[in-house]
Amino acid sequence: MWEEAQTPGGSASAVFPGLLRRSEVGLGRVPETFAEVRGKLPCAFSNASRPVNRIVVTKAPTACWNRGSPLPRLSCGLRVGLTRRQDPDNRSLKDTMFARGLKRKCVGHEEDVEGALAGLKTVSSYSLQRQSLLDMSLVKLQLCHMLVEPNLCRSVLIANTVRQIQEEMTQDGTWRAVAPQAAGRAPLDRLVSTEILCRAAWEQEGACPAPGLGDGHTQGPVSDLCPVTSAQAPRHPQSSVWEMDGPRENRGSFHKSLDQIFETLETKNPSCMEELFSDVDSPYYDLDTVLTGMMGGARPGPCEGLEGLAPATPGPSASCKSDLGELDHVVEILVET
Amino acid sequence: AGAGGGGCPAGGNDFQWCFSQVKGAIDEDVAEADIISTVEFNYSGDLLATGDKGGRVVIFQREQENKSRPHSRGEYNVYSTFQSHEPEFDYLKSLEIEEKINKIRWLPQQNAAHFLLSTNDKTIKLWKISERDKRAEGYNLKDEDGRLRDPFRITALRVPILKPMDLMVEASPRRIFANAHTYHINSISVNSDHETYLSADDLRINLWHLEITDRSFNIVDIKPANMEELTEVITAAEFHPHQCNVFVYSSSKGTIRLCDMRSSALCDRHSKFFEEPEDPSSRSFFSEIISSISDVKFSHSGRYMMTRDYLSVKVWDLNMESRPVETHQVHEYLRSKLCSLYENDCIFDKFECCWNGSDSAIMTGSYNNFFRMFDRDTRRDVTLEASRESSKPRASLKPRKVCTGGKRKKDEISVDSLDFNKKILHTAWHPADNVIAVAATNNLYIFQDKIN
Repeated sequence: MWEEAQTPGGSASAVFPGLLRRSEVGLGRVPETFAEVRGKLPCAFSNASRPVNRIVVTKAPTACWNRGSPLPRLSCGLRVGLTRRQDPDNRSLKDTMFARGLKRKCVGHEEDVEGALAGLKTVSSYSLQRQSLLDMSLVKLQLCHMLVEPNLCRSVLIANTVRQIQEEMTQDGTWRAVAPQAAGRAPLDRLVSTEILCRAAWEQEGACPAPGLGDGHTQGPVSDLCPVTSAQAPRHPQSSVWEMDGPRENRGSFHKSLDQIFETLETKNPSCMEELFSDVDSPYYDLDTVLTGMMGGARPGPCEGLEGLAPATPGPSASCKSDLGELDHVVEILVET
Repeated sequence: AGAGGGGCPAGGNDFQWCFSQVKGAIDEDVAEADIISTVEFNYSGDLLATGDKGGRVVIFQREQENKSRPHSRGEYNVYSTFQSHEPEFDYLKSLEIEEKINKIRWLPQQNAAHFLLSTNDKTIKLWKISERDKRAEGYNLKDEDGRLRDPFRITALRVPILKPMDLMVEASPRRIFANAHTYHINSISVNSDHETYLSADDLRINLWHLEITDRSFNIVDIKPANMEELTEVITAAEFHPHQCNVFVYSSSKGTIRLCDMRSSALCDRHSKFFEEPEDPSSRSFFSEIISSISDVKFSHSGRYMMTRDYLSVKVWDLNMESRPVETHQVHEYLRSKLCSLYENDCIFDKFECCWNGSDSAIMTGSYNNFFRMFDRDTRRDVTLEASRESSKPRASLKPRKVCTGGKRKKDEISVDSLDFNKKILHTAWHPADNVIAVAATNNLYIFQDKIN
């Protein structure tokens, strides 16, 4: 099933029904191998030039979860977790990643950057910020289910934020207006400061509030994206792999994913994590982005406006320390060092 | 708790705070178990209890005034230390239950012993702290070292006599209230009837009788039938200080509900609903998160209540539900940094707040080991810092200022230089005197008013 899914042009929607288009979650260039991702980890804080806001998921197709309860094969999901050890297949995650990475290899890093810069000028910075906030929130939601016992209040607040963003994106049409060919080339480096995102939405779009803009507004970013994406479309034949049938399905599954999150909270059964991710429209997660996000914003990220927010010795809040320990542990497992 | 009065200086509320003591290790490497998670004075203020992440409770006692040592007047020294909660494992869910003490609440003293309730995420315990300063000697059936004597060897009987011994403070668990909460307990509150108390978790509030451990009454349940519809959780709850039928609970949406237990057994329908209308001009994606109330406290008088959300402290008149009567900005300069604070999770920090004995001043914590005090009468506020640098005995605390932009004056600190790992979440104010306890990670600072 995994192989099937990787065939360019294959009907990914059957396999990944809940998967968002990559473009819709602001994906960028995917690292070739996990080692590449891993190798970037130490430099994540200093390397300002690489797009830091993409997230790449590390998927591990496994048939079984732990505790002997066979579950449907993971169609997608964040394979970062304690369950790695219990994977009965014991397939090398790195091997799988390498195979996948090859297919998604991006041609030409330099062209990337150029295209990215061109795109930056045309895409609304508010949309970018909003997108990155959405990405961040989804990461937080997914990660918090890997903790021993998620903080319900925090999860509810993050989920509400995600819903708000989704509602707004639905209202001003950006939720489905971004064309499939966009393939996530939305460049996310050089993000502007926090204030833009934190200001009211209608302030960003001009005098009219978001609902009033309707199609008139959405044409803007879409048409702006087109010149960028058409140049890059040939480079990503595999992007169609991640296409879905339609926005409605997308939204439905998005809602469903939030629902599943709460069901998971209710039952708190590790096996539910698989169910949670089975058709969740999870974006790709760059592990180092995730990790650096947990490290308290000491790297340039979506909130670039604030340079020195993190202290000289960046450390997460006490409650994040266990997260960090988990993630370190997980990274080690995945890299099999 | 007494209503009003207290030991406030007659000249008004011009506080001059001075360092008094600091408890805790000095080294930079903070052991997670040592992080203080709750601070609470007892009803008289003679005892100060702290709970930490390692499940331990440390109680400090105030020294009596002593003419021979005038400078140690009012100092707090360790009175008792005990392990209140141990880490547990929930086998059904395969989840660890943290031993961190979420809250401590004292019971009013009724005899020589002291009682307090301490809770972690799942279990509440009633502890009795008693002193022992006498010991019986001269038993008939056992030797001084405890060995049993052979009854046939006893030829004469004697009456045991009481002899003084070194003071020993014992803490023993008298009640364990367990298995009543599916979600994490965030609040406990002792009722003014001194017989019952409430415990609140994210979705439910239970009413207990202090004598009965195998039963509790659920009085609030906001769990939706379908968990998919969950959008709001309970964040704090407290009984009214005088009316034993009234309690309030706050939510993650910035609302407070006041409930009257006389109206129905299940208080799902509130008697009063407090919510401030949102300012549409400041709406952002973070509006809901920063409106989430992290603490709610009734004033000693029972006329007002105070709520703490991420950026401000609000004082509400219980007779007016439409909006608070006072709003005090704690660290408004963080409003433009909300995205970063969301990213590093600081936006979810739960700050507490407290009243002084006369309800004329309120205090709450901030970042960089700063804490803020607001004088309700003079409308003045001050930012102070709990740091080792300003820890000379009886040294006055210098007001601090955060520079929000532009030219930074001398002694000001810029927002970007704030240390967000140094957060003061827990503070307590003596019920009568101007003595405050401030928990800074693993250190407990005690400050006193110079005039005091």
